[in-house]
Amino acid sequence: MAARKPTKNSNISTDELKEFYRDMLLIRRFEEKAGQLYGMGLIGGFCHLYIGQEAVVVGLESATKEGDKRITTYRDHGHMLACGMDANGVMAELTGRAGGYSRGKGGSMHMFSREKHFYGGHGIVGANVPLGAGLAFADQYNGNDNVTFTYFGDGAANQGQVYETFNMAALWSLPVIFVIENNQYAMGTSQKRSTSTPDIYTRGEAFGIPGEAVDGMDVLAVKAASEKATAHCRAGKGPYILEVKTYRYRGHSMSDPAKYRTREEVQKVREEKDAIEHVRDLLLSGKHATEDDLKAIDKEIKEIVNASAEFAKESPEPDPSELWTDIYADA
Amino acid sequence: MATEILMPALSPTMEEGTLAKWLVKEGDTVASGDIMAEIETDKATMEFEAVDEGTIGKILIAEGTEGVKVNTAIAILLEEGDSADDIASAASAQAPVAEVTAPAPVAAAATAAPAAPQPDTSPDWPEGTEMQTMTVREALNTAMAEEMRNDGSVFVMGEEVAEYQGAYKITQGLLDEFGAKRVIDTPITEHGFAGIGVGAAWGGLRPIVEFMTWNFAMQAIDQIINSAGKTNYMSGGQLGCSIVFRGTNGAAARVGAQHSQDYAAWYAQVPGLKVVQPYSAADAKGLLKTAIRDPNPVIFLENEILYGRSFEVPKIDDFTIPLGKARIARSGNDVTIVSFGIGMSYALEAAEKLTEDGIDAEVIDLRSLRPLDYDTVIASVMKTNRCVTVEEGWPVASIGNHISATLMERAFDYLDAPVINCTGKDVPMPYAANLEKMALTSTAEVMDAVRQVTYR
Repeated sequence: MAARKPTKNSNISTDELKEFYRDMLLIRRFEEKAGQLYGMGLIGGFCHLYIGQEAVVVGLESATKEGDKRITTYRDHGHMLACGMDANGVMAELTGRAGGYSRGKGGSMHMFSREKHFYGGHGIVGANVPLGAGLAFADQYNGNDNVTFTYFGDGAANQGQVYETFNMAALWSLPVIFVIENNQYAMGTSQKRSTSTPDIYTRGEAFGIPGEAVDGMDVLAVKAASEKATAHCRAGKGPYILEVKTYRYRGHSMSDPAKYRTREEVQKVREEKDAIEHVRDLLLSGKHATEDDLKAIDKEIKEIVNASAEFAKESPEPDPSELWTDIYADA
Repeated sequence: MATEILMPALSPTMEEGTLAKWLVKEGDTVASGDIMAEIETDKATMEFEAVDEGTIGKILIAEGTEGVKVNTAIAILLEEGDSADDIASAASAQAPVAEVTAPAPVAAAATAAPAAPQPDTSPDWPEGTEMQTMTVREALNTAMAEEMRNDGSVFVMGEEVAEYQGAYKITQGLLDEFGAKRVIDTPITEHGFAGIGVGAAWGGLRPIVEFMTWNFAMQAIDQIINSAGKTNYMSGGQLGCSIVFRGTNGAAARVGAQHSQDYAAWYAQVPGLKVVQPYSAADAKGLLKTAIRDPNPVIFLENEILYGRSFEVPKIDDFTIPLGKARIARSGNDVTIVSFGIGMSYALEAAEKLTEDGIDAEVIDLRSLRPLDYDTVIASVMKTNRCVTVEEGWPVASIGNHISATLMERAFDYLDAPVINCTGKDVPMPYAANLEKMALTSTAEVMDAVRQVTYR
């Protein structure tokens, strides 16, 4: 990852900067708490944390409007919080409780919200890509200007169905933004060892889909890219690819011994590139906020996260009758 | 307040581990994300990070300790403002232990007599209804056209469905009537367009996705099962998927192993999917219309050989047949023959010929394989006391196997003979004409099976 370039867009408002700080911090603290609850045995199975990647989803969401849709793979908690889903409902789904978004039947990888236009939460790498294009197809069919954000990783970018989807999305000019969250490791396999070319965003060229690389550790750069891509899609010009270069601090899932990279590599990114520290610096150095202002935000976030953990512990397990509900939608 | 740092669970199955190494010592300050210790699980050595910031007040478990149970306090963390005195108070506090709720008692295995079957014996159309002769192809085409006229959110997509007018001409004329927006030629890309169809259904549309044949849908089976079939459940009922996947299924004639497979048993196994395999034109029409309206994914298995066959279809506006209701195609008293799809050809022909031997067979067309009309089958077997099943699919884990098992569970005392499953043979489909014929089931096999179960 190259050193961060100075952000060109300097006309950002104090409120928006503070909001970015708050939204990214919420994701980080939420994920840290989820990691803790996992360690206590309250969260089971697979649990993929978003720590380090917060600027990606927060920056992209900043250009959305009501009606826009989003869909992602299994590292999904950040996406849900960023689109306004309730921390309590997300955490309670992680603990498998009745108060969770899927009433405890989905888990970490499978949450959805019709209200917030969040379509999951998918566990099969690459499978959400045609699904996202299908959501965009429905919007195009219905004649509105909504856009679907279809997130996937550098690992998923090697799945065949991604390219089947690129082809049809370009052929039919679907309003879909393919967001490749390149955190450089597909589970334990580095991009160098899995991917024939370094720049994944160029893979749309064969289909006539424009693409660009974005510094995913700089929320302002992500915001600018999101504005450009959404404008392209809303204008009916078809799909757009954003390869957002980012970094995951934690393991692939909770049970990842992380022997494929050095501790120094992780530490270096944390110290030099951390997206939250970046915004914190901008806020303080630009006199947008004082230390006390930020402490107040930290406190507010801590309260939300602690409350979500309490809710997730207190919420009852699903009623046994839930085993047999929702297999089919009612006619 | 001082807090205890607990031995973490670092994998879905970890119960205890070795505290291999401390990377901090008492008095060190830690921030969220700092690595505090290395812990060995049964699979790997993992780094353990701090969640909260503070000072390590006391290390409770020395490095090198084996068999440390998950959730045991391993250190005390002092937060801003704490003093060493807080160590004792934290250590004496009850460690927060994961709440373990005893599993709810599962209903005891059924020991009571199985419920008596209550078959729905209502006719599919009123007596005296005017009929018209129609091929299965025309019936399917008409069903789609009618539903597309009724509902603007219904559209068809697939390979060659539009300008080519359908590889098997099932979509003939739809492009002319409904236009390219609603009758969409796709590239040859089953996995991709199946997924786009599912996404479009979540977006509020009612796609009909045509697979040129179901053999090609194996490319797309992940989207069919994992995305279409499971998401309503995984979302707690938020995301139903109103989609029909349809196309020709099973053996045609001389097209070899990769183009000649019956997927009935495969898809019927999946909760969340509905599965239909019609035989007659009336059923093809009535069931397809119902399938298009259903808010769930429906697997609609057609058969190339049946496409050109003619049947009587009722002249009724908006004729539908519910999913999950079998049809008694022929009434009889001596044996129940259960079949579906093209298997019905053998079943009906066998029943007709067996009358010459004085055997009066009842023939049931399941029509839907999920939901499956168990009650009609069981009620019939309680009357005839014998059962033969007929299908073209492979014998292992077949629909016939499932019917046999269900009859053992719910009608064991009524059976006077073991159930026999007539199926395709346990081989990939050969090309040679004679071998292909042998690989399928046949009227003769069905007749033999009936003679066996009736001891004639």
